[in-house]
Amino acid sequence: MFDYELIVIGAGPAGLAAALAAHEKGVRRILILERDNQAGGILNQCIHNGFGLHFFKEELTGPEYAGRFVAMLAGTTIEVRTDTMVLELEQNRTVHTVSPLRGYERITAGAVVLAMGCRERTRGAISIPGARCSGIFTAGAAQRFMNIEGYMVGKRVVILGSGDIGLIMARRMTLEGAKVLACVELMPYSGGLNRNIVQCLHDFDIPLYLSHTVTDVVGKDRLERVVVSKVDENRRPIPGTEMVFDCDTLLLSVGLLPENELSRQAGVQIDPRTNGPVVWENCETSIPGVFACGNVLHVHDLVDYVTAESQRAGRAAADFIQGRLPQGQEIRLENGSGVGYTVPQHFHRDTDKLEIFFRVRAIYHNAAIRVMDGDTQLARFRREHMAPGEMENITLPKVLLDRAQHDTLRVEIEEAAQ
Amino acid sequence: MKELICITCPKGCHLKVDEQTFAVTGNACPRGAAYGANELRNPVRVVTSTVVVTGSEIRRLPVKTDRPIPKGKMFAVMEEIARVRVTGPVRVGDVLIANVAGTEGNVVATKNLP
Amino acid sequence: MNYDVIIIGCGVIGAACAHALSRYQLRVGILEADNDVANGTTKANSAIVHAGYDPLPGTKMARLNVRGTAMMPALCARLDVPYKNVGSLVLALEPGDEQTLQALYARGVANGVPGLQLLTPAQALELEPGLNPKLLGALLAPSAGIVNPWELCYALAETAVKNGAELHLNAPVTAIRRTEEGFALQTPKGEFTAPRVLNCAGTHADQISRLVGDDSFEILPSKGEYFLLDKSEGSRVSRVIFQCPSPAGKGVLVAPTVHGNLLAGPNATASDPDDTANTAQGLAYVRAMATRSVPGINFRDNIRNFAGVRANSTCEDFILGQSETVPGFFQLAGIRSPGLSAAPAIGEEAVRLLRDAGLDLQPKQQYDDTRRRIRFHECSDEEKNRLIAQDPRYGRVICRCETVTEGEIVAALHTPIPPVSVNGVKRRVGAGMGRCQGGFCGPRVQEIIARELGISPVDVLMDWEGTWVLCGETKGGAGRV
Repeated sequence: MFDYELIVIGAGPAGLAAALAAHEKGVRRILILERDNQAGGILNQCIHNGFGLHFFKEELTGPEYAGRFVAMLAGTTIEVRTDTMVLELEQNRTVHTVSPLRGYERITAGAVVLAMGCRERTRGAISIPGARCSGIFTAGAAQRFMNIEGYMVGKRVVILGSGDIGLIMARRMTLEGAKVLACVELMPYSGGLNRNIVQCLHDFDIPLYLSHTVTDVVGKDRLERVVVSKVDENRRPIPGTEMVFDCDTLLLSVGLLPENELSRQAGVQIDPRTNGPVVWENCETSIPGVFACGNVLHVHDLVDYVTAESQRAGRAAADFIQGRLPQGQEIRLENGSGVGYTVPQHFHRDTDKLEIFFRVRAIYHNAAIRVMDGDTQLARFRREHMAPGEMENITLPKVLLDRAQHDTLRVEIEEAAQ
Repeated sequence: MKELICITCPKGCHLKVDEQTFAVTGNACPRGAAYGANELRNPVRVVTSTVVVTGSEIRRLPVKTDRPIPKGKMFAVMEEIARVRVTGPVRVGDVLIANVAGTEGNVVATKNLP
Repeated sequence: MNYDVIIIGCGVIGAACAHALSRYQLRVGILEADNDVANGTTKANSAIVHAGYDPLPGTKMARLNVRGTAMMPALCARLDVPYKNVGSLVLALEPGDEQTLQALYARGVANGVPGLQLLTPAQALELEPGLNPKLLGALLAPSAGIVNPWELCYALAETAVKNGAELHLNAPVTAIRRTEEGFALQTPKGEFTAPRVLNCAGTHADQISRLVGDDSFEILPSKGEYFLLDKSEGSRVSRVIFQCPSPAGKGVLVAPTVHGNLLAGPNATASDPDDTANTAQGLAYVRAMATRSVPGINFRDNIRNFAGVRANSTCEDFILGQSETVPGFFQLAGIRSPGLSAAPAIGEEAVRLLRDAGLDLQPKQQYDDTRRRIRFHECSDEEKNRLIAQDPRYGRVICRCETVTEGEIVAALHTPIPPVSVNGVKRRVGAGMGRCQGGFCGPRVQEIIARELGISPVDVLMDWEGTWVLCGETKGGAGRV
């Protein structure tokens, strides 16, 4: 007899959706563990809108989206423990937690859903040279200071990285009275949604420098200026192209990393392409009864997809608890030309339909996604526009899956004929 | 002919808008056509921000305008938001500033404050 | 303020002197320029406790290195400072290196270094499978170790203060006047007098020395840059891995840290005394050199780069002794590598120098030089619950990456030398030292410091004076000019 039928680690959008989905399928003793002092996860500090267009058919802010799910908890038997940190997950699904109220505890679970989200890549991860003055923040940390605590982190800002978090912070800081001097992007294309380029940069005449990066940071105590250089096709700085920006703040929006410390320690197999667990079509990891969803599995762009994926994980956890295990031989998914990774990484042959999520490695116009079964094309999907910053998905119905001859299918991009 | 990126949904369709007739091409849905035409005549934006909370450990409450407001009035809206001081309880959707900066839009809470 | 001895500089050398002197019935004053101790070279070095085969026999470096390294395990145990006797290997990678290893071996034997052994490539690879398989040989030194250098400095300084030494922070010495009794030192915190002064001012020791008219040496600051890699790289090697030394220094090493990370570095470039910026060329050099020793290092798992400036000098040896021209002024300068290893012995040396110069040293009746720090993540389950029952703040994990609790942070803020900055907290309890580099815990640590010190979060610094983090509130609240 387990302490709880289901333990969910993280009460952000992923954890909340997974718990609610499991409850809907009849699981009753559910515990969500959350390290912050409130549920909602990262959405609490994402005060901008753009969430929920798919799921709720409404445009909501982050707090509103999270609030809808928190409201759904009422009337369920789902327990949420905030101010609680999970220190360890064992292979037998025992969870070690610590909190001021309850101290250090070990809690056993029939199934576990990993929903820990991700952390931000740091300056050290990309070895930006220069001084170690104050004034260099990851964009998310600056966002927390501004939106939750209510503090300004600086007045003259340069942003490295044109992913959505960087773009959103460009607008946010401008609206609060800071001067954002530039957004600098290493790649020749932006990593963020087009709508954010418009609303966050164009609206405020903030220049975007593609194929550029920060090559020096200068400041005795607080940041005084950054040097930005153009990069060549190998992303190496080109001498002679330096631009100097006098600023007191550098925000880094240089990537997110799924937070799988607990998963690794538990022995969950991790995919180096996603930095998240290797999973089946039902989000089950390499440890039976342990499921993963949301940013901890792979970094998402749209919270609506997080919700859908997490509902799948929650339902699968319920199936596991209630003794319904997936059937069928394993088929692996391989990423072919142009594809960076796929989630899931493998699936059961007898599954009803297979939704494959993946990211492409470059920008494609009028290309096709092909699913290859050896040399045979099993499926083909045309797409007008694909970019690395926008997660793609395709669905393979059972009738197609039944035709597969091999135990590995390859997802690849076929570029438009020139 | 003006080229725009639609911001209505994350698809970000590339629109072409005729500056005389305001006819729109490149949109995948009717909302895109409306956006394209409007963006040239009367660009509007939803403003999201936070307001100062007093009497609580919580320091800020997130808010938004309940409809898009004229782009040119964004900073005027921010100035009015900066003057608000709110104490709980507040519920999602409560109006904190009515008719902000004369736009007819309201600033509403996007989170509950106990 | 009048003292029997004033120590200028509270890095690991000044702290070791203060610690050694605090045993005696003396009024000891320490003047530190920065807003915290250990803020200079002490916090940015290789953290190695060298075996002692490198310095030339007969030098002070040789004697004090071997003595300091021998003292380190017991000292660290008493003061609860992380230390690991991991041993070291010097690799022969080029033709000619094998002769260098022989020379180091002979030097080591002459210096009294225990347990030295010359190894064949096969023997070395068996100990360390991660080494360059083309190596030609290695020198094994089992007595080498790794330590937490800033925690060692805090522990020594805290113990000194606990036993009566007085520390003045933000007190750079700007002028020194000779008086009848000795010296009057001018600082922004006022004037301090003593008949005896110990110059432990690191990369500024020559500037301090010139204030009393002794220009017998010059500091030649040498910057060294480092990579600090994620704990996932921490078991790439289990010993400190050196390359053969060159005139520029011991060269780029690869070593585990006491925290479980991997360290690679340093290079050596002439620099200003306080220039700790990293450079693209410096980092590229370190990376290339480190890969020669340990080819498999995954630099994508780097979490932080930093640089430290070493107080190399115009003297080949440590400059240790009473000034020849200014009696009562003692130089403990040019303490380059193996300075950290020698620190405990240099503390002893300071006592000997003062005694030889006539200072009467009577041991104190009451003296407490034990120190214990609670490390939550090392506690057993029962200990964890005992702590939390006494103080629920030990149940709130603030730094997820390193499992550091609010209880530990609050405790640090109430030690004899409390931190005044986010990085001061980081160096004392580890919060922010992990793979997210404070991205998650930074705002929370800032808040706790503000609360415990009774100041606004806007006034909490990242590190030294001037490193402000927040410039004010959103919505036109209280701001910073």
